[in-house]
Amino acid sequence: MYRESPIIRWRRYPERYRLEGNKCTQCSKIYFPKAYLCECSSKKFEPHQLKPRGKILTYTEIKSSPEEFSEMTPYCVAIIELDEGPKITTQIADCDVSEIKIGDEVEMIFRKFLASGDEGIIHYGFKFKKVEENTSLNLKN
Amino acid sequence: MLQKLNIGIVGFGCYIPKFRIKIEDIAAANNQNVELLKSALLISEKSVPNKDEDAVTIAVEAAKTAIARAELVPKALENDAKTEDNNSNESVNNFNKTKIGAIYMGSESHPYAVKSSASILGEALGIGNNFTAADLEFACKAGTAALQIVSGMVASGMIKYGLAIGADTSQGAPGDALEYSASAGGAAFIIGKSGKDNNGNEKTAANILYTLSKTTDTPDFWRRNTQKYPTHMGRFTGDEAYFKHVIETTQAMLNETGFKINDFDHVVFHQPNGKFPLSAAKTLGATKEQLKYGIVVHEIGNTYSGSCLLGLTNVLENALPNQRILLTSYGSGSGSDCFVIETTGLLPETQKIGKKLLNHLSNKVYVNYTQYRQMVEMIH
Repeated sequence: MYRESPIIRWRRYPERYRLEGNKCTQCSKIYFPKAYLCECSSKKFEPHQLKPRGKILTYTEIKSSPEEFSEMTPYCVAIIELDEGPKITTQIADCDVSEIKIGDEVEMIFRKFLASGDEGIIHYGFKFKKVEENTSLNLKN
Repeated sequence: MLQKLNIGIVGFGCYIPKFRIKIEDIAAANNQNVELLKSALLISEKSVPNKDEDAVTIAVEAAKTAIARAELVPKALENDAKTEDNNSNESVNNFNKTKIGAIYMGSESHPYAVKSSASILGEALGIGNNFTAADLEFACKAGTAALQIVSGMVASGMIKYGLAIGADTSQGAPGDALEYSASAGGAAFIIGKSGKDNNGNEKTAANILYTLSKTTDTPDFWRRNTQKYPTHMGRFTGDEAYFKHVIETTQAMLNETGFKINDFDHVVFHQPNGKFPLSAAKTLGATKEQLKYGIVVHEIGNTYSGSCLLGLTNVLENALPNQRILLTSYGSGSGSDCFVIETTGLLPETQKIGKKLLNHLSNKVYVNYTQYRQMVEMIH
């Protein structure tokens, strides 16, 4: 049974739950996950809530997964470029992988990530899903 | 005489999972007569949550839409805030989600027996930590119970805004009558003070004018601790349970307020199936026209705590300004909450953005019975 410390996950709730990164106060470059040294050499950052939208750069279907994700297998994993620049690896939820294309627009969705057996904590976090036509959430964050 | 409230709905939103199963497929797996079931339940298909969805993830998505709509609240609030606190240098930009002072979530499928769903919601929505929260359970009426609690807190001035949610991944044992209706979905409402500012701008999309409840100890439906599926008393869930509470509570509201049933443009009742709300409406003298937007069970199923609140969401997404809505929930065990709601001139603005119930209905993928069982077994 897969077990990860709930405390380690808890420290990353802002990042995992809400896509919170940080922004260099000197050159305004946005990072996700949070950076501690900017490429401009500054070490001064402020928290930054990333817009929950992006595009698929590349993707693959996982058919042989780590044990903790076995119940969701097969599933789609993609590298997406967020509208504000950072590139992240994420699961694509509710999708038929044959319908995924590079360049597809995706939006963040809050999902269950995995549960540590029947007794452990339930880990939640972001996944992304394809934006359906004419149903944009138009959310600010 | 009931006291008129000074509160209303600032934002509202819903979420329904993408997957559906047709009643035919469940009937075939259980070797049942599908035509008989369809005519008895008036449900053609129901929503199915994916393996990575639960009541909390559904509630988060519904609340995101409610917050997005609430952010449209006009400059009225900005003016109000300046009046209330002349010394504040805070830049008030209309509704701000960090001003939500309470989250109450009603569900009978909270993911944890002990650990608050509402606290997860607060973190996921990024509203900060200055809010009170609790999880509620009262079978299918826990969502309207949340709405009442938050309404009371806003009306009393304890909080400025509150978030009330009803969401479920409903349970029904394989082969049981509930398997044909128990589905997944939820709706969220942000409640704030009603009224207009000096410029005549409405602060809310719809005002909650009155609310009233009836509660009895009725053994029609229950689920014991650690049990996976609920137990119900079959036909007893009708006359002595659903109809008695829905009809008596609605009649009490009409008596207390002096409204007649035809004073309402829209009527919404709890909808465990398609037939019950139609029968209740007939008894109360409501027409099919009044139920046009309020019954959504046919293509979604019974979302338990989300059930009548999804009907209310659909009404709010289609209603015109200055229309009156009657909402009566039902929760087994048993009780009903009744609300009189009146839409305002701000409603059309809030209808312009966010994913509507209709969008969720049209964006669907069918699964077969085997896939369906695998998906719900993961959750329950």
